[in-house]
Amino acid sequence: MSRAVSSEDTRSEAERPGPKPAPVPEGSRPVSVKIQRFNPEFDDEPHWETFEVPALPTDRVLNLLHYVKWYLDGTLAFRRSCAHGVCGSDAVQINGINRLACKVLLKDMLAAGKQTTITVAPIKGLPVQKDLCVDMEPFFEAFKAVKPYLIAYGNEPSRERIQSPADRERFDDTTKCILCAACTTSCPVYWADGSYFGPAAIVNAHRFIFDSRDQGAEERLDILNDVDGVWRCRTTFNCTDACPRGIQVTKAIQEVKRALLFKRV
Amino acid sequence: MSTESMALDKPRSPRRPAARRSNFELHSWVFMRISGVLLVILVLGHLFIMNILDGGVHRINFAFVAGRWSSPFWQFWDLSMLWLAQLHGTNGVRTIINDYARKDTTRFWLKIVLYTSMVLIVAVGTFVIFTFDPNIPAD
Ligand code: SF4
Ligand code: FES
Repeated sequence: MSRAVSSEDTRSEAERPGPKPAPVPEGSRPVSVKIQRFNPEFDDEPHWETFEVPALPTDRVLNLLHYVKWYLDGTLAFRRSCAHGVCGSDAVQINGINRLACKVLLKDMLAAGKQTTITVAPIKGLPVQKDLCVDMEPFFEAFKAVKPYLIAYGNEPSRERIQSPADRERFDDTTKCILCAACTTSCPVYWADGSYFGPAAIVNAHRFIFDSRDQGAEERLDILNDVDGVWRCRTTFNCTDACPRGIQVTKAIQEVKRALLFKRV
Repeated sequence: MSTESMALDKPRSPRRPAARRSNFELHSWVFMRISGVLLVILVLGHLFIMNILDGGVHRINFAFVAGRWSSPFWQFWDLSMLWLAQLHGTNGVRTIINDYARKDTTRFWLKIVLYTSMVLIVAVGTFVIFTFDPNIPAD
């Protein structure tokens, strides 16, 4: 069916059917967004596609992806949910570094006076399903394998499990994780061999190992003491740089190593 | 209560084998740190004596080596340098093989080559240090 709008059509532009003209907001400047595309039904290999997108300094990279999907190419696939750095679904590689697309501001990326190019690729080390969507199952499998839930033996207490502020402080940093996978997919050891538990799983094990209310520290330490555990970490700090929650990931891994080394939690 | 917590264990049954409760990786990690520090001293000392002290390489000849190896101290120095460097290097390459070998067979054969070469070099080196005869004619 022809999408041409007949001259008799008296509806305003926004109400007419068919593709809407892409809006260009006032004060915006064009930015090239270079996106790694892959459609498993047609492509053997991923390839790059560049889109010209009008960007405001107040935009985030996620807005540019929305713009591409909503106005330029509806086939673009990416994940996002909260759009405010809370859910952890939109970790992507932006200009080669793992970031949440919803937390990177354009004003920090616009090059003064020249054309800005922003590259967006899926996070590395997990199988790409389509465009920016990767299969997160291996990541969650490692997460589940460290038993990231409270383990307590004996009778259930009849009141709240009390904890001192000092005890709470010990694992405060690692409670902040939103499981975005930015850390694990920035780790060269994980890229090379996906059997390594990866920083995120260790962070979530740390959250319970150092919790005074939990009694499963030994089980988790045993798991992380094995071939695919903490000893594979080479302290490259990529994970700490990548974490959008500012978690000291490498430090958490070192604390687990220390607990194993000195048999003391 | 305890049955309930059992039911929670391993949701969706992870594909990973159970932990082997072995401290091998821990010990190899500690060994890398300690041998690394020792090697810095041993190797830098060795390089200094061989290349800088008293005219450096130009004074090294059969008699020089024979003279050093007549002392148990230098024998011990060279022996520990040989063993530590070999074990440290082998363990490092083992880690790299674990990281980058994709197939189990590749990994297996690379490690066989690695361990054989290590055993050979350590054996030959140790043999020479202990059985070195300063009286063979040096041409
Ligand atoms: S530790 Fe940070 S980077 Fe890693 S999964 Fe959690 S929030 Fe994401
Ligand atoms: S969309 Fe939820 S963290 Fe970015």
